[in-house]
Amino acid sequence: MSATNGPVRTVLKGGTVLDATGERRADVLLEGDRILAVDEGLDAPVVLDASGCLVAPGLVDLHTHLRQPGREDAETVESGSRAAALGGYTAVLAMPNTTPAIDCAAVVREVLELGRASLVDVHTSGAITVGRAGEQLAPMAEMAALGVRIFTDDGTGVQDDRLMRRAFEYASGLGVTLAQHCEVSALSEGTCMHEGEWSARLGLPGQPAEAEELMVMRDIALARLTGARAHFLHLSTAGSVAMVAAAKAGGLPVTAEAAPHHFTLTDACCASYDATFKVHPPLRGDADVAAVAAGLAEGTIDAIATDHAPHPPEDKERPFDQAPPGMLGLEYALALALTQLVDGGTGMTEADVLARLSWQPAAIAGMERHGRPVAAGEPANLCVVDPSVRWTIDASGGASLSRNVPYVGRTVRGKVRHTVVDGEAVVVDGEAQR
Amino acid sequence: MDAEDIHRAVRRMAHEVLERNHGVDELVVVGLQTGGVELARALAAVIEEIEEFAPEDPPVPVGTLDVALYRDDIGIRPVLPEEVTEIPVDLDGRTVVLVDDVLFTGRTIRAALDAMCDYGRPRAVQLAVMIDRGHRELPIRPDYVGKNLPTRRDELVDVTMAGVQLGELQKQ
Amino acid sequence: MKGHLLAISDLTRAELEEVLDVTDTMVEVSGRSIPKVPALRGRTVVSLFYEDSTRTRLSFDTAAKRLSADTMSFAVSSSSVNKGESVRDTIETIEAMGIDAVVVRHCSSGVPAQIAAWTNAVVVNAGDGWHQHPTQALLDAYTIRSHTGSLDGLRIGIVGDVKHSRVARSDIEAFTALGAHVTLVAPPTLLPPSVAPWQVDVSHSLDDVLGELDVCYLLRMQRERMSEALVPSLREYTALFGLTSARADRLGKDALIMHPGPMNRGVEIAGEVADRPNAVITEQVANGVAVRMAVLFLLLGPGRHALPPTGDPSSAGAASADDTTTEERP
Repeated sequence: MSATNGPVRTVLKGGTVLDATGERRADVLLEGDRILAVDEGLDAPVVLDASGCLVAPGLVDLHTHLRQPGREDAETVESGSRAAALGGYTAVLAMPNTTPAIDCAAVVREVLELGRASLVDVHTSGAITVGRAGEQLAPMAEMAALGVRIFTDDGTGVQDDRLMRRAFEYASGLGVTLAQHCEVSALSEGTCMHEGEWSARLGLPGQPAEAEELMVMRDIALARLTGARAHFLHLSTAGSVAMVAAAKAGGLPVTAEAAPHHFTLTDACCASYDATFKVHPPLRGDADVAAVAAGLAEGTIDAIATDHAPHPPEDKERPFDQAPPGMLGLEYALALALTQLVDGGTGMTEADVLARLSWQPAAIAGMERHGRPVAAGEPANLCVVDPSVRWTIDASGGASLSRNVPYVGRTVRGKVRHTVVDGEAVVVDGEAQR
Repeated sequence: MDAEDIHRAVRRMAHEVLERNHGVDELVVVGLQTGGVELARALAAVIEEIEEFAPEDPPVPVGTLDVALYRDDIGIRPVLPEEVTEIPVDLDGRTVVLVDDVLFTGRTIRAALDAMCDYGRPRAVQLAVMIDRGHRELPIRPDYVGKNLPTRRDELVDVTMAGVQLGELQKQ
Repeated sequence: MKGHLLAISDLTRAELEEVLDVTDTMVEVSGRSIPKVPALRGRTVVSLFYEDSTRTRLSFDTAAKRLSADTMSFAVSSSSVNKGESVRDTIETIEAMGIDAVVVRHCSSGVPAQIAAWTNAVVVNAGDGWHQHPTQALLDAYTIRSHTGSLDGLRIGIVGDVKHSRVARSDIEAFTALGAHVTLVAPPTLLPPSVAPWQVDVSHSLDDVLGELDVCYLLRMQRERMSEALVPSLREYTALFGLTSARADRLGKDALIMHPGPMNRGVEIAGEVADRPNAVITEQVANGVAVRMAVLFLLLGPGRHALPPTGDPSSAGAASADDTTTEERP
């Protein structure tokens, strides 16, 4: 052992570096929380084997329900972050539908404080309206002052057109982005799945694609009116994708995300009445699933976001129409994307998938330390992925405190080997290090 | 046994029934679904022939009884009702001749006796079978037998009006 | 039939016909002065009704008792369900007492299917949400068959609120599986979002199809549908879709008029029409007990836990080769 002073150096050795600038064979030398060098033939006291792997900027999830404060039985910032790290994420954006809602500086501070001790970089969004009740604007400026860049009432959409217009106007003054859960409640109230053949057969009340699309349409109009930035959460229908594509073509500052389940699963999954498959927006038909995948491939949809939504078994075992919506995603998103999108014939490459899982969502959320190129001097937030490993998803739920995994038994490609957050190898060989 | 033998046996049993009951008064013939039904009809027809029934005389009542709902081996083997039970007369005070094709363990007859109690209270119940193959598991004996046929437990006995055949039980 | 009875679509045509055939036997039993047989002695049947339905619960209860099963009733209003106990905890508690079958009614679609995954007992769906009410469909099919001999080729109109009707979903599947031609007759607001799962025709005019029907099956019109703006008024509904006396006159004289009950006389069916000789609504109720006897007997009696035919091939000794080859292994 050499007795050099200063931080320990670590090398990610033998992998292929893949970032926004392209792909090349190189080792990555880390020191402290930074990348020291990217070159062939680097060595260091600590070696993490990356042979056969992609070394990429860490993944960034724009849509994580960490459930804390309020539902610590379902997930905590700590457990959710652990799942994120195991899934290759170096940063997550917590959703504000906690109890109490993240709608003021005090709750933002609490979540950020909890995040400091966790395995990944925890950012939080803030609610657009007080208590996410859709009636009164939340104090966005005081939250923005703490670094909140995305505001959303996720779990519901802001129904009131006038209030949403004001929210867009106010947000544009703060330079923050409003992210909408698009769902017109007048068309979706009391429903629990997509309206179509399957809802007809199963006798479950369904909501039409239009419940989502009407709000996408309205928010595009309001973005045009106000000039504010709009981000569309978890788009699930062909119509939504087409409208966002048209809005982008018209030069509007809109972005969009899609969840892994919306390019993987269809409403036929509900046939067993297993509420694990209940989610909002609901699982749709084959044509919508294909449209979401195509939207990702064409770049209309900028990001893959998990909508990781833990619920304890006793909640998911309630009758389908009474169970809460949502499914886990953090530990499966990358493998599902590789399997469904790269192998699924959409024409997407591994680089395209990583763009939508890492640097594009980082840019939407304004996370300056994530999704950066793998280059000397950049923050050491990286994931090392073995794209050749095939594995079968089990029902354990991984590191999550919940087990609502809708992919049980599915064989997927691509497994995270290491995750490095601010220079610390928090996951090594698929195992969390603390 | 061939068809001739069956017919001779039915005729003999008819004579025995008449002899033992001193005629046909209050007599009811009840065939067990499904193997006993045809035999019961044949037995009643021969009885009418021997007694020289005129066309205008009321025939000997023939009923059919399905015992599926009375078996004690439900759940051990598939037992489905084959046909609807049909008892044309009140059995109270009657003499019932139960007819089945094969008497084996006696469990069907046990079930039939239970079933019959739900239709009334006969004065007497007698049992006629074409084949008694032994292996009784209950204290039941026939009053009229076409033929005693020693068998192994795992053999099959198939009785029709055309004859009696022995077969091997298919082991699965 | 084996396993559970959750939905009509789980049954083959042969299995449906088996239920109807065994129902014949159960009708005979029900007609006796002592309508009771020992077939399910020692079996315990629990009714677990999360939604009040005295008539269906009594019908199942009577059916179980006529087969000599022991019955227990788990009435939700007086149970721990109101104290927040989950369905799963409830079913596991009941099962711990030792039961053979549970008859479930719930206002949410799919609950019987969920329960079936959590218990070893046989689950019989007595109505779940808008999804299925399979014994109703079986008794409807039996009632029709008892008049026509067969459903093959019959033209059956199902009229009214198909969208929210578990009876309609079950009837569609049973009638079509048995060879009937089904037309759904309703305004578009009362039809399911898709009829693609079924082989049915759709009409928005009762008058157009009335003359061709062998069976006119009327569904109950719930008053709360008005508040959901699915039809403008009961008056308009009756004018377009009610079986009025004038419309009933246009039905063939042998055409059957059916209704799952309880009826809104004067809404979906004129009071006088419900009492016509070709209205078989009370027969439906009467057949309900026999059909449920058949279902309980088939699910709890033969074939269940059946052993291979080694010890006692047939006490009559007349088991044919067919009997032995069709036996179920445990």
